[in-house]
Amino acid sequence: MVHSPDVLKKAPTGIDGFDEITGGGLPQGRPTLVCGGAGCGKSLFATEFLIRGALQFHEPGILMTFEETTDDIKKNVASLGFNIADLVARKKIFIDYVRVERSEIEENGEYDLEGLFIRLDHAIKKIGAKRVVLDTIETLFAGLANQAILRAEVRRLFNWLKDRGMTTVITGERGEGALTRQGLEEYVSDCVVLLDHRVNGQISTRRLRVVKYRGSTHGTNEYPFLIDEDGISVLPITAAGMDYAVSTERVSTGIPELDQMLGGKGYFRGSTILLSGSAGTGKSSVAAYLADAACKRGERCMYFSFEESASQVIRNMKSIGVNLEPHVRKNLFRFHATRPTVHGLEMHLALMHKMIEEFKPTVVILDPVSSIQNAGTLEDSTSMLLRLVDFLRRKRITGFMISLTSAANKSMEATDEGLSSLVDTWLLLRDVELGGERNRLLYVLKSRGMAHSNQVREFVITSHGIRLVEAYLGEGGVLTGSARLSQQNREEAERQRTKEELARKQLAMEHRRKALEVQIESLRAGFLAEQEEFAREAANSQMRDEQAEMERKAMAKSRRVR
Amino acid sequence: MKAKTTVKKTKVKKTPAKSRKGSIDAVKGEKPGHWILRLYVAGETARSLTAFANLKKICDEHLANRHSIQVIDLSKQPELAQNDQIVALPTLVRKLPMPIRRVIGDLSNLERVLVGMDLKS
Repeated sequence: MVHSPDVLKKAPTGIDGFDEITGGGLPQGRPTLVCGGAGCGKSLFATEFLIRGALQFHEPGILMTFEETTDDIKKNVASLGFNIADLVARKKIFIDYVRVERSEIEENGEYDLEGLFIRLDHAIKKIGAKRVVLDTIETLFAGLANQAILRAEVRRLFNWLKDRGMTTVITGERGEGALTRQGLEEYVSDCVVLLDHRVNGQISTRRLRVVKYRGSTHGTNEYPFLIDEDGISVLPITAAGMDYAVSTERVSTGIPELDQMLGGKGYFRGSTILLSGSAGTGKSSVAAYLADAACKRGERCMYFSFEESASQVIRNMKSIGVNLEPHVRKNLFRFHATRPTVHGLEMHLALMHKMIEEFKPTVVILDPVSSIQNAGTLEDSTSMLLRLVDFLRRKRITGFMISLTSAANKSMEATDEGLSSLVDTWLLLRDVELGGERNRLLYVLKSRGMAHSNQVREFVITSHGIRLVEAYLGEGGVLTGSARLSQQNREEAERQRTKEELARKQLAMEHRRKALEVQIESLRAGFLAEQEEFAREAANSQMRDEQAEMERKAMAKSRRVR
Repeated sequence: MKAKTTVKKTKVKKTPAKSRKGSIDAVKGEKPGHWILRLYVAGETARSLTAFANLKKICDEHLANRHSIQVIDLSKQPELAQNDQIVALPTLVRKLPMPIRRVIGDLSNLERVLVGMDLKS
């Protein structure tokens, strides 16, 4: 690319986001056509361009209005927080209301629009203007009959403004089959911006597109924009850029047992978590814990609710031991509740961007994303969420999305298939009905980049908080709730019984041992007695033998003597 | 000599530049039935000269002695353009009698000027 010294200079508009998509603003010293249907915000765009030019870029401007009186304009912009009267008083802005009423004007012969030129010239000189707005010059075509003269004069006017180096915004009403009713786009060849206000399924979205920008690159997409108390914000939402750095830092889920299941440390910072589950499984509670944990670390958390109001969520969370109120007071926790059908998807996305940029949270909770899908088609909402996720990742914001799955749907895991590839961690809350009870189970379906538990845990909500109890896994499958408790009781009783049995057996054995010992003792005593008896008998027999000997000897002795 | 205009500078053709503020002040305090006509031009262009000539002709014919013509050259007094909502040039504004009427163009269609200015019923 050749950079000539007279490369196109740009005049910043100061309109939030617009300068980004045009790479610096409107072509300096040239006319730009801003066109669109009634109520699309073109006059506001033009006015804001002037006011911001005067306030931020020290470029005084002329507002030549053909439709609204000076008073009307003052009122209109006052509602957007601009004090135009002050700017007029300080000679930063000059408002000239040009009234052309066909019924009051008789045309007779040749004329030109020199009067308009003189007025503009006078005003430009008076305040040293650099910017001019003509809103909307097409009114002239309604007020004056001679179209040939008008066309020539309008063309001359644009050139005249260009010669004077005025950065000009010309507004034009959108026409049938053309950008403007009077074909003004023929005369403005430098830059054309199209504003649009579309209603789709009763939901309106404002969009802006740079149709043409001679000599400059520009975003060609349609960008949603909004008009709020700060004026216009164009929200350049670029499609999936994947060049973001990832973090290895971990953030606690706020539930120690869940941290444990996620490799002992919790989520990755800046990752995206999807929690899906059917109605009433306690999804919001898990989110509240995450929010609470973040706020307790002193980080900011933004909660987008599409179903419940702020006070409702805060009250409900109090009942499970999470008090978010102090965080709200400390401005660590911000809650934004809107109905998904209030805006179109793009607008939701745009608003979220704006609020996230403003609040700078580290954790963003969307509750639930499934209702966003109600505001558009499934494809649209998936692409919108994709862009939101990309945005969050780039900002290293931990995104927590809640998805409501229909309880009737057996394959819950399939419901959020579109979202699956977007998320890093996918938690599933399921309820099981068993023994006349409904209980909740939580498990980690996937979690990229960490060793996570494969366990199915029972998810118990108490007034003290959430607990993840190891579920009973038996022959009959997973037992939860009372079934788990009764099973546990049964097992305990069984154990007790076995223990008692054992003790009893041991006692019996002892008795038996004692009995045996007694028996052994008595036997031994008998034996000893026998032994004594034998010894005594042996001694007696010896004595008898000796006596017999003695008697035999005595007898023998007596025989010899005779 | 029939047309006795109270404009300070009747010789517009030669000195349109000198029509100063005094010309506006002339509006007030005129007697009833008096016409006050103001012709806005920008410089001494062929078109403004034609317009003035045409206007003068009409006034001389239909409003002898009861009209005044003020010629305002916006190239000299641009600040006056806003007050009378001047867009096209030349513009003829009938300030009196009320209501205010405007005719734009060089007044080449004399007949229509008469109708437009209610000079001919």
